[in-house]
Amino acid sequence: MLNTKQGTPPPAAGRAGMKKELPEHFKDYRHVWVFIELERGQVHPVSFELLGEGRKLADKLGVELAGVVLGPAGEATLYAVAEAFAYGADLAYLVEAPLLEDYRNEPFTKAITDLVTTYKPEILLLGATTLGRDLAGSVATTLLTGLTADCTELDVDADGSLAATRPTFGGSLLCTIYTLNCRPQMATVRPRVMAMPQRVNKPIGRVIQHEVPMVEEEIVTKALGFLSDGQSSNANLAYADVVVAGGLGLGAAENLKLVKNLARAIGAEYGCSRPLVQKGWMPADRQIGQTGKTIRPKLYIAAGISGAIQHRVGVGGADLIVAINTDRNAPIFDFAHLGVVTDAIRFLPSLTEVFTHRLSPHSRDKLAN
Amino acid sequence: MHIVICIKQVPDSAQIRVHPVTNTIMRQGVPTIINPYDLFALEEALKLRDAHGGEVTVLTMGPPMAEDALRKALTYGADRAVLLTDRYFAGSDTLATSFALSQAIAKIGETFGTPDIVFTGKQTIDGDTAQVGPGIAKRLDLMQLTYVAKIASIDLNTREITVERRSEGGTQTLMSKLPCLITMLEGTNEIRRGSLDDALRAARSRIVKWSAADAGIEDLTKCGLRGSPTVVKRVFAPAARAEKAEQIDTTEKTPRDLADALIAGIFSRQPALEDELAFDGDA
Repeated sequence: MLNTKQGTPPPAAGRAGMKKELPEHFKDYRHVWVFIELERGQVHPVSFELLGEGRKLADKLGVELAGVVLGPAGEATLYAVAEAFAYGADLAYLVEAPLLEDYRNEPFTKAITDLVTTYKPEILLLGATTLGRDLAGSVATTLLTGLTADCTELDVDADGSLAATRPTFGGSLLCTIYTLNCRPQMATVRPRVMAMPQRVNKPIGRVIQHEVPMVEEEIVTKALGFLSDGQSSNANLAYADVVVAGGLGLGAAENLKLVKNLARAIGAEYGCSRPLVQKGWMPADRQIGQTGKTIRPKLYIAAGISGAIQHRVGVGGADLIVAINTDRNAPIFDFAHLGVVTDAIRFLPSLTEVFTHRLSPHSRDKLAN
Repeated sequence: MHIVICIKQVPDSAQIRVHPVTNTIMRQGVPTIINPYDLFALEEALKLRDAHGGEVTVLTMGPPMAEDALRKALTYGADRAVLLTDRYFAGSDTLATSFALSQAIAKIGETFGTPDIVFTGKQTIDGDTAQVGPGIAKRLDLMQLTYVAKIASIDLNTREITVERRSEGGTQTLMSKLPCLITMLEGTNEIRRGSLDDALRAARSRIVKWSAADAGIEDLTKCGLRGSPTVVKRVFAPAARAEKAEQIDTTEKTPRDLADALIAGIFSRQPALEDELAFDGDA
């Protein structure tokens, strides 16, 4: 899609200069919807992050924000609806059916497309999770509308169109994408890319219950079981307050224990940069960056990571980035807040030791007195 | 069984250079590779063929030079390669791409036998959307199985397939029916080294080249820019941070002194952290 002509600003792709002329039958599409991802009684936090973002869009457009909840009738859907209101929704759409218990593409796609064609939202946002990406592609193709993946910024332009910005080419460039002449305008956003909004206790408001005729016999795919990652889960990585990560500068797979030791000492999650996953030193779900996890910790310590653009995309939301690298010209020092030009292999054990000492109750008592 | 695997020729992202003034990708001289995620799907397709018999057809949509990626796939052991190439496809977004590919897969079905499974990689490294696979599944009415970590069983008589699918926080076991579309998770296998026979066959093979018309596409308004609801309005480089990292002075410091200085720096910038860490850490 990107052209290679010279010129500033770059000439936009083929039709970008085209006049937007929304066909008549799309003109009554209004309001912003957020798909509330509910699985096994839990709402994925990305749904709340999206409600925060959806709220801003809805306010700019002067329309309502709706949460969309799918699931079997019971406490879980009630909880999801209540949370949608607490995080900013004006109303909720609810489809309850026993066959929506486990996520499966067929019934979820049918339920969402049915809701969309009935109630006609102008914008539909989903989390770019394994569930959200599986669902969004099917829904957009069914509705023959545009879908922009992994957005890092959402806005509306003067005439109310969604401007969705996403990284491209591994994060080396950003592009802003519009959906011309189709509705709804769909976008997915990865967990932790947007800030978590403030939760405000408020009563459940307007809930629109919608019936979608579906029977289990007609659903081809059956869910046979689910094996949870359990406590060893790296799912915590994206939502950890403190993260320590290692890169190629650690030199050898066994030096990753230095990263894990520091993480354990300060109660952090640990991860790594992409090359370590490619070398097989760490599992893929510990990878931080554009093709791995996006993190938003209060403290991020990067040891021996050079900070390629694709890594930067995944850590930009951290409050404090500390970089340890022997190369003073490493790109990570361009976006870290604190830097130490030293060899992480030698430095990490001392850092672990001093942290441990400083955080121990004994030494803290002494400091306090 | 007949398996179709969709691959894409992509720029080797490690070597992407961005023009400093125009913020455009400088493609000249950038080496191209088969999208790395596609290789996991290709290997899975080849393994299934070896176990169950049948053929693997590899398909790509792209410029004429995408033929190189197909030839590479043949050297790994694919049986047949189809290149879908036409200027009408230029500027396709994911919706237009899934339209063109699904039409080509339907044509492959008519010509070489209906596929039991269509494979794609998890996503491409240049577009990174993971949307084309689901788009193809929807258009061809195939059962959709994304992020598959393992194919547990296939029964060609009952047409049943059981897979383990990576989902948020765990692994989902799904039983479905052929024909299906599978997007394969990375790291699930390792692409084989093709044999010398495969290499020789690949060199001799004629790649099937189809235009839009050859693939049976009659409605060109669904292709390329015209068939793409999404439009790239603006391309720009990420804004640089105003200031560089504050460096902790390392001169004449032991690692312990350096650690002290760094920790002091961390807590002076984030005072609340100290209590939180002491509370969390199991020191």
